[in-house]
Amino acid sequence: MSFNLLLAQSLNGLQFGVLLFLMAAGLTLVFGIMSFINLAHGALYMFGAYFAALVFAASGSFALALLAAALGVFVLAALLDAGGLAVLHKRDHLDQVLATFGMVLFSNEFVRWAWGNSPLFMDTPDALSNSVQIFGFNYPAYRFAIIGVGLAVALGLYALIERTRIGMLIRAGASNREMVSALGVNIGWLNRFVFALGAGLAGLAGAMVGPILSIQPGMGEPILVLTLVVIVIGGIGSIRGAFLGALVVGVVDTLGRVLLPIWLRELFDASVANAAGPALASMLVYLLMVLVLAFKPDGLFPVKARQQ
Amino acid sequence: MSQTTLKAICAAAIATCALATTSASAQVKIGFMSTLSGPAASLGQDMYDGFMLGVEHAGGKLGGAAIEVLKEDDQLKPELGVQIVSKFIERDKVDIVTGVTFSNVMMAVAKPLADGKAVFVGSNAGPAPLAGAQCNANFFFTSWQNDMQAEVVGKYATDKGYKNVYIMAPNYQSGKDNVAGFKRYFKGGVAGEVYTTVNQPDYSAEIAQMQAAKPDALFVFYPGGMGVNFVKQMRQAGLLGQIPLLSVSTTDGSTIPALKETALGVISGTFWGPDFNNAASKKFVADFEKKYNRIPSQYAAQSYDSALLIDSALKKTGGKASDKNALAAALRAADFKSVRGNFRFNKNGFPIQDMHVFEVAKDAQGRVSLKTASTPLKDLADPYVKDCPLK
Repeated sequence: MSFNLLLAQSLNGLQFGVLLFLMAAGLTLVFGIMSFINLAHGALYMFGAYFAALVFAASGSFALALLAAALGVFVLAALLDAGGLAVLHKRDHLDQVLATFGMVLFSNEFVRWAWGNSPLFMDTPDALSNSVQIFGFNYPAYRFAIIGVGLAVALGLYALIERTRIGMLIRAGASNREMVSALGVNIGWLNRFVFALGAGLAGLAGAMVGPILSIQPGMGEPILVLTLVVIVIGGIGSIRGAFLGALVVGVVDTLGRVLLPIWLRELFDASVANAAGPALASMLVYLLMVLVLAFKPDGLFPVKARQQ
Repeated sequence: MSQTTLKAICAAAIATCALATTSASAQVKIGFMSTLSGPAASLGQDMYDGFMLGVEHAGGKLGGAAIEVLKEDDQLKPELGVQIVSKFIERDKVDIVTGVTFSNVMMAVAKPLADGKAVFVGSNAGPAPLAGAQCNANFFFTSWQNDMQAEVVGKYATDKGYKNVYIMAPNYQSGKDNVAGFKRYFKGGVAGEVYTTVNQPDYSAEIAQMQAAKPDALFVFYPGGMGVNFVKQMRQAGLLGQIPLLSVSTTDGSTIPALKETALGVISGTFWGPDFNNAASKKFVADFEKKYNRIPSQYAAQSYDSALLIDSALKKTGGKASDKNALAAALRAADFKSVRGNFRFNKNGFPIQDMHVFEVAKDAQGRVSLKTASTPLKDLADPYVKDCPLK
């Protein structure tokens, strides 16, 4: 494979990684800080995609669609939390998994009922619908936009968590919620903000993939599984871990899909390679997760040890 | 006993009575099963709508017999399909089973259908084993054998003189069958053959690999949501129009409403398109659009044909479905006006038919639809019929 092609594929991996980061950031915050397993994170991503598609179709403005998706899902998550999810924060993980899995099933049926079974379509915004010649390849301009938005969100989150008062409270709440609460901070509202923020990012991710993927019921589940892999590899609760973990998973998954079948073809018969290649490639990130868990059970970039 | 309970019992008794009378007056019972939920539900819904339009066109009856259609959803689960078919045969005692959207469900229900000696009219899935060694004298298909749609695209690619075609499909049985069908009639070289994970959402990596191979044309089989994603991503990469995209089940009536202009120019192969110029097709398309307010897909057309086929057979038997052999013989005659024009059954119960190639283009009303491009294969029979022991 030529060097240029490898570069183009790395760009694909980066773009996929950045998208995974948008999902993983919210999940890792909610899990790491509130110890809340939210399987419905993928459903929130799906709602983001639907909101964006509907607003884009009605208004024609892509910026407005992104805003509507992120804000809409932010508000939706805050309402859900106020309406009962908050009770689950104190329950054990099995209860949380059961309840949020129920929400996944409900959300998929709801979306089907509200907007039908057929996939919804979202146009690429005109300004980004072209392709750019890079390394001698046609590369979609829209994918650069995804990379840009993802990196901007990563920087913004870093600034929010490390440089602002609310970020300080979030970090403090993660270390010792009772103490923060005793100091007069409303930890319930803080948790609600974190949950809604994570959800808003999932909504934004859903909106960003709208022009690439078909928007349909159940679209959140495949990406949720990969997101869980990302936060396990990156280290649960760490934004930095989510970012680097997402890039690792994105690049490994993309390059694995490309390179494995090529390598296998040199070793085995074409029919064997064609059958085994995609199967092995889809396992690759899970194998990576197994390796990480075996040698670094806290993930590659864990949160610094907390004093209890 | 309180008065309300009494009222409820009376109401229930009356309702049961009413139910009993409707089923008593129905002379022919038809069990319709398709995939009506999940991501592929639009296929099953089109099949049901097409079938019911066929019943309506036959005057609300089939072959003069009052009918009762039992509608069931297999949820794309083979084990559920088996339960439904067993219920149709044993409890409901239906005379004819019809529908079935997916090949994996079809393969699972073939045995209970055969064991129950049911008369079956399939209107979508056409897996190879049922056309070959496991063919059945009571099974009829108004759609196609799975390979046929890919074969016609293979012939088209040969006719176009493509020397170097890149092939992509999901890594499962239907994907491999379609690639095999394409290669059976394609005489040029293969620039690359890539199998992707089933339901993979993003094809950016594979599209970059394909560009690097610089093929004359690209052949893909990406049904449903996979097709929507793939075509969108090809368009965004600026490759549609540069590299001819040949396909099966990728741009059909179920995905074109989502893709619209994005899919313009994509080539696909099947047996029928909404621009067909025969009287049966024109009537079907006009009435379908009037009733359901959308362009009918091939899935609706196949099922519409299955209703007309059953109508023609019941006419021959005088509206009776009790003699299975007589009914099967009447079905085999295929004495009806198909929307595809010429139609006859091969000995394995699959059609021998012309296969066409379509291009996604705007129709007379400016809507994005399928336009007939050419007819590379006339009177095509499936390749598995030689293994079928039926005479």
